[in-house]
Amino acid sequence: MSTVPRPWRTDMLTIHCPWCGPRDETEFSYGGEADIARPAAPDGLSDAAWADYLFMRTNPKGWHCEQWNHAHGCRRWFKAERHTVTYEIRVTWPMHREQP
Amino acid sequence: MKARLPTGGEIQRDQPLSFTFNGRALQGYAGDTLASALLANGIHRVNRSIKLHRPRGIIGRGPEEPNALLQIGMGAHSLADQRATQVPLQAGLTAQSVNGWPGLGFDVLAVFDRAAKLMPAGFYYKTFMGPTGWWERYERVIRPAAGMGKVPDGPDPDRYEKRYLHCSVLVVGGGVAGLTAALALGRSGVPVVLANEDTAFGGALRASRASLDGQPARSWVAGVVAELEAMAHVQLLAATSVFGHYDQHFLGAIQRFDGVDGESPIRERFWKIRCERLVLAGGAIERPIAFANNDRPGVMTASAVREYIERYAVLPGRSAVVFTNNDSAYATAYSLIDAGARVTLVDSRATPSPAAAQARAAGIHIHQGAQVDNTRGRLHIRSARIRRADGGHDTLDCDLLAVSGGWNPSVHLYSHARGELRWDDELASFVAGNDLAGVSAIGAMAGTFDTGDAMRDALAAADRIAQTLGHASAEITPPVVENAEPGPTRLEPLWLVAGTGPAFVDLQNDVKASDLKLALREGYRSIEHVKRYSVLGFGTDQGKLGNILGLGIVSELLASHPAEIGTTTYRPAWSPVTFGALVGGDTGALFDPVRVTPMHAWHVARGAVFEDVGQWKRARYYPRAGEDMDAAVARECLATRDGVGVLDYSTLGKIDIQGPDAVTLLERVYVNNWQKLAIGRCRYGLMLDENGMVLDDGVTARLGETHYLMTTSTGGAARVMAWLEQWLQTEWPDLDVSLTSVTDQWATVSLAGPHSRDLIRRLGTDIDLDADAFGFMSIRTGNVAGAPARVQRVSFTGELGFEISVPADYGAALLEAVFEAGEPFGVTPYGTEAMHVMRAEKGFIIVGQDTDGSISPLDLGMAAMVSARKDCIGRRSLARSELRRPDRPQWVGLLPDDPNQVIPEGAQIVGGDPVGHSGQTPMLGWVTSSYYAPRLGYAFALGFVNGGRDRQGDRLYAWDLETGPIPLTVTAPARYDLEGSRQNV
Repeated sequence: MSTVPRPWRTDMLTIHCPWCGPRDETEFSYGGEADIARPAAPDGLSDAAWADYLFMRTNPKGWHCEQWNHAHGCRRWFKAERHTVTYEIRVTWPMHREQP
Repeated sequence: MKARLPTGGEIQRDQPLSFTFNGRALQGYAGDTLASALLANGIHRVNRSIKLHRPRGIIGRGPEEPNALLQIGMGAHSLADQRATQVPLQAGLTAQSVNGWPGLGFDVLAVFDRAAKLMPAGFYYKTFMGPTGWWERYERVIRPAAGMGKVPDGPDPDRYEKRYLHCSVLVVGGGVAGLTAALALGRSGVPVVLANEDTAFGGALRASRASLDGQPARSWVAGVVAELEAMAHVQLLAATSVFGHYDQHFLGAIQRFDGVDGESPIRERFWKIRCERLVLAGGAIERPIAFANNDRPGVMTASAVREYIERYAVLPGRSAVVFTNNDSAYATAYSLIDAGARVTLVDSRATPSPAAAQARAAGIHIHQGAQVDNTRGRLHIRSARIRRADGGHDTLDCDLLAVSGGWNPSVHLYSHARGELRWDDELASFVAGNDLAGVSAIGAMAGTFDTGDAMRDALAAADRIAQTLGHASAEITPPVVENAEPGPTRLEPLWLVAGTGPAFVDLQNDVKASDLKLALREGYRSIEHVKRYSVLGFGTDQGKLGNILGLGIVSELLASHPAEIGTTTYRPAWSPVTFGALVGGDTGALFDPVRVTPMHAWHVARGAVFEDVGQWKRARYYPRAGEDMDAAVARECLATRDGVGVLDYSTLGKIDIQGPDAVTLLERVYVNNWQKLAIGRCRYGLMLDENGMVLDDGVTARLGETHYLMTTSTGGAARVMAWLEQWLQTEWPDLDVSLTSVTDQWATVSLAGPHSRDLIRRLGTDIDLDADAFGFMSIRTGNVAGAPARVQRVSFTGELGFEISVPADYGAALLEAVFEAGEPFGVTPYGTEAMHVMRAEKGFIIVGQDTDGSISPLDLGMAAMVSARKDCIGRRSLARSELRRPDRPQWVGLLPDDPNQVIPEGAQIVGGDPVGHSGQTPMLGWVTSSYYAPRLGYAFALGFVNGGRDRQGDRLYAWDLETGPIPLTVTAPARYDLEGSRQNV
């Protein structure tokens, strides 16, 4: 990708894929909370620390940083900030880039 | 047509249409609804009520109609519970009552009405409570007695379709407010879609005597519609019910073509609409008043009476009583008088409003401060009894009683999306609260009934929206409105008139005021509970007439304000939706995609019986004449083990993996080692999820320095591809590796059996097939039977085996060639069932059949495969104490005592003497695969037993509901050629 499209602001379940633009929500699949990094050395972790990685999520009421996949489109994963009450997605951006 | 007026209306008198109702031949005109055509023929009574079987007539004019639910059409085309008020009249239409046997005039079950006192709310559930399970028996008798219409007698032959629609602004409702908003937005250049439930735009204006800028209302409507139609950026959807309003401006709508557009090949279209801004202009519905026997045929809402006169030139009665608590019904009185009816007004308000004073001055007889408290007439209203302001009674003979208890704004669509509803004391009803972002409620729906005010509100809303979307205001001057009918002005709430006799609140469900009283007496207070107990508002009309009336009655009985009782949240659908429309074209062959291999025609020609594996059609077995499945599978197994068998293996998932980091990816997703796999070699791999449970398995081959070909299970192909992509994109973007799904690009023919090598030789190949040159678990590239091919030497059956993959287009030719070349060896096609049997003899798992997402490699006895040298997905989870428990379910063989007893798959394993137990035997395991093995000569099974590896030789039982306990012995899973000597030749 040569240029990264500008981050979209969106207030609808028309989700703005950072690569394809606005598409219907039914084209996407949800991938849970973003930024759950896989531990570099799992063997060194206690069962509790491993369970924390496996199972524990922030589950906020409000803004939530998530991973989404444009499954029926470009198949790229990206990040989205979504409100868990209103479902508003206020911004989406490519993986491994700073949140705009 | 005895009730048809000689002039007026917008029916097309030059287009008479014949139709039948309950077998009677009748006539109406184009432009009629079924309801107006029935009324034109003097027919009010159309049904018996659902519970009490009381005679019921047409009461309304649109989607609110609770009584006139008719069966339309015959046979498979038949439609149940169609509202006659919304069915356009068509030539040859047949309509039937859904209730009433043997006829509407004499209904045997009308005995229920006599027994009504014995059948209050909750009657069925109280009376038919026990014994346990008997409700289903009672129901079989009760349901047919309660008319619900008939289901068609065949699959729906009509066609439907689904479409998406994206627009800047959706306007719902084509009445004066909606039309004005759409016009202003259209002139501003905003892309607009206007959806109107009625076939004709205009809403109340269609029956109005108002003039706008000197034009009759209908001409003004025609002018606006023509202007909108001419705008390329405006789309008009007539006969379209917007039935649901969901999160973030997503709406569902059904557009009807049946009876609207005779040319249309589809009956209905389901629109899925997303808009940036939403304008709701849904109008309002007149509500009745509850008084004794207010349900007789001939009792109608006042606005419906006026609409039948003005729009359809039908006079529903010649001697009318108009009963009202507000000004709007006065317009109905004038329409009735002008159409030639005698009219008496009963106005419950103590002091006359200006409208009442004006009517009195015009010579209309008005009983001021009086209330209708009962009616008479078994099959049609004959008289209304009124209680005068002074407490005395009068009886007014009549054949029509037009009632107005006020108007309820149609706030449903606003409420669907959790918009706030606000109680308006002047209307005594809820209005939309205007708290939803991007949604504007205008017109009567927002409580603005005055035509001029509604237009001004609509223009203001349209301007605001146009400006937020970057367009200029349309600068429209609202037309001068004259002679508009009054709205529900000077309303004095009147919910329930005291009297003796059933006072109906919800006509469709036969809910009476006394049922609401009973609910309160039994302790229900929340309106939600009262509604559920009494079934108020639970009919297909969703309580459009009865809900607010019921709320008013309850608040009066509890002596509290209606806003404190609350209203229930309205939920989709606003009006009933045909399942066929939701399904659209996704039926039959289009229900789900069907995937077939390039060799499918060959299997069909060979008489294969297919099974569905995901979306794939796979040949399960190839029966010869007289063979059942067991016989065919046995023959296919033996022919393979003794000679050579052929399986179409094209469905296996294939992922092409390339890049310098390909091997790193394999190391991270498979439990075993991949670093030392040489080019030209392949290896079985096991993939786990992060919980350590088996996700998929398959053979991966190394084709080049940085080039691998992964195979997955048939059903797991898409899942594994998505799994690898997710890890690469979200967690390991640093890995330089590319994945391509090539499942459909290659056709694979799998040869198994001692003659498989000879067969390939006869096919002709430049690949050296000698065991020394081409060892077990290797892959070679070359030509086979003239086609470019990859040949993999692997075995799932335990026999010498080769998988020949060619570009998909060569698949059919390769298979033909295989059978030609294999003739001397007795080559036999085998299906997935024989493949399952042979792999089970070897003790191999099938992911998804033997595993279920809760099975780890430790449970499968594959711990040795898990590399200790490196990490992989799920590996850390295997170290958890829970997965190390010695009594985890473990993969075992299960050998029944009776060698011919095939244990049912899914059977539970129990211990001890299960016959002596009484349902308390703990489950020790379960059966996942079970077959008769023709080569071994006995039946066996595979499955899981708690701590099973240490229980080999133990006597346990498989429990089958039909057979009872099946004694068996626990064994090792594999039982055929344990040394692997047959595949290594």
